[in-house]
Amino acid sequence: MDRFMWTNGLLEMNETLVIQQRGVRLYDGDEKAKLDVGVVLLSTHRLLWRDQKNHECCICMPLSQIIFFEEQAAGIGKSAKIVIHLHPAPANKEPGPFQQSKFSYIKLSFKEHGQIEFYRRLMEEMTQKRWENTPVSQPISTTAGLKAGRTRAVGIVGIERKLEEKRKETDKNISEAFEDLSKLMEKVSTLSSPSILLTSVTTAKEMVELSKSIASKIKDKQGDITEDETIRFKSYLLSMGIADPVTRETHGSGTHYHMQLARQLGDMLQAPLEERGGMMALTEVYCLVNRARGMELLSPEDLVNACKMFESLKLPLRLRVFDSGVMVVQLQSHNEEEMIASALDNVSEKGSLTAEEFAKLLGLSVLLAKERLLLAEKMGHLCRDDSVEGLRFYPNLF
Amino acid sequence: MSFEWPWQYNFPPFFTLQPNVDTRQKQLAAWCSLVLSYCRHRKLYTVDVLEVQESPVFNNKKIERKLSVEAIQVVFEELRKKGNLEWMDKNKTRCLIMWRRPEEWGKLIYQWVSKNGMVNSVFTLYELSNGEDTENEEFHGLEDWMLLRSLQALHAEGKAEVITLDDGKGVKFF
Repeated sequence: MDRFMWTNGLLEMNETLVIQQRGVRLYDGDEKAKLDVGVVLLSTHRLLWRDQKNHECCICMPLSQIIFFEEQAAGIGKSAKIVIHLHPAPANKEPGPFQQSKFSYIKLSFKEHGQIEFYRRLMEEMTQKRWENTPVSQPISTTAGLKAGRTRAVGIVGIERKLEEKRKETDKNISEAFEDLSKLMEKVSTLSSPSILLTSVTTAKEMVELSKSIASKIKDKQGDITEDETIRFKSYLLSMGIADPVTRETHGSGTHYHMQLARQLGDMLQAPLEERGGMMALTEVYCLVNRARGMELLSPEDLVNACKMFESLKLPLRLRVFDSGVMVVQLQSHNEEEMIASALDNVSEKGSLTAEEFAKLLGLSVLLAKERLLLAEKMGHLCRDDSVEGLRFYPNLF
Repeated sequence: MSFEWPWQYNFPPFFTLQPNVDTRQKQLAAWCSLVLSYCRHRKLYTVDVLEVQESPVFNNKKIERKLSVEAIQVVFEELRKKGNLEWMDKNKTRCLIMWRRPEEWGKLIYQWVSKNGMVNSVFTLYELSNGEDTENEEFHGLEDWMLLRSLQALHAEGKAEVITLDDGKGVKFF
């Protein structure tokens, strides 16, 4: 029992809790220790025990102290136990509840069971020896070393002093962490777009670096930004998203919500639409919008309803439903006749085209390419050849 | 004499029923005229839908296109509306094709009769379709049902009267 030392019960930086079990009594060798029933905690580095009622009363020992351990089955009127054999206490050990002990082992008596799982996890930790790979940030020995020069404060005063020290330490750590974060935020806010959805700190950092490099290159008028960088930058910009997404929370439900949503869609879809030749399938719009919105995801129904508002709000976009039921969002300026004429030109040039070939030719999705061909057919400019080879479109010679 | 195929015959979309109404109408018109001229060329009077699907008219081996049975029936239905075709059974598997309507046949026959000054004379139907005198006429070899219909058409116009003779039917022209 003399291997135990006082602790505040908090885990160190690199330490993680593995398992805890309440209703455990400690035995010093074969004798009941003069401690009440408590909670035993197993971390990656230590074995801790805390009094169930008085939480200040908490003791621990490093796992490295353990030589081996064994199970002791339950009997009549006896709880199951785990016997833990220990190395002798190091000379510079911090004070604990027991100054000396004639036993070189302790027992954990599980009044409320759970010994099987605890045993298994303890076995895991002992074989993995994670305390060796990731030493805790402030190894216990250093604090112990500092302590060594000081008068040994034992008992309640000692505990209090230790707690106070720990608290100060934690405070310091936290304020350092916040300092880092605010530096990062400063960096981010210097970017051109004020609306940034931070998905992760690493992305933000990458973004800052990337934008800096691009900005400096543009400044130098070298203009030789690699394609790779452009693409990456573009993808970051895309995922940056909408600063203040219209949500049901901000705009209530019903028509007003859809109207606001439609306005926002109008703003954000303009550029991608122009890039894609004036037309996008609604599914594509859905993906794009939700990616930009980040956490405030939109339901497909809300999107459709918002798109239906385009016309009444006099926005330059339109929701269009093809005869096949395919829905697309297109720019109002998108000229249908031109589109049909271009389809006819393409088909005439090649003699005949399938939707797939046409899609490849224009860089559109097959679905949209097909809709264009069908539209041209509907207008009587094309006719079809539906054979085993698939559906081909020909100029209408009839 | 070889049959001259229209240009549409080598145009693959011709063998797919067009969904566009206007296009389809033009396509069907082209099909109707092709079917009639083909039947006229081959002197076909009765047609079985399934059999005819394999015939060159509906099956272009060169471009590997074949008109489906459904499409053939649409074409035939169109022909029926124009009075060039009659179904022989309810299931529409066999039909009579009249690449010349009975009235037109009647007119041809009457022209021949009046040209040869045989108005007011009596003919048996056999004489008209298989007689030596009509060998050079288009209606030579006309099937009986068709001949009878054309004469009935003339009858309606008051130019002939179908009469029953001892051994069959005869006709008297006026």
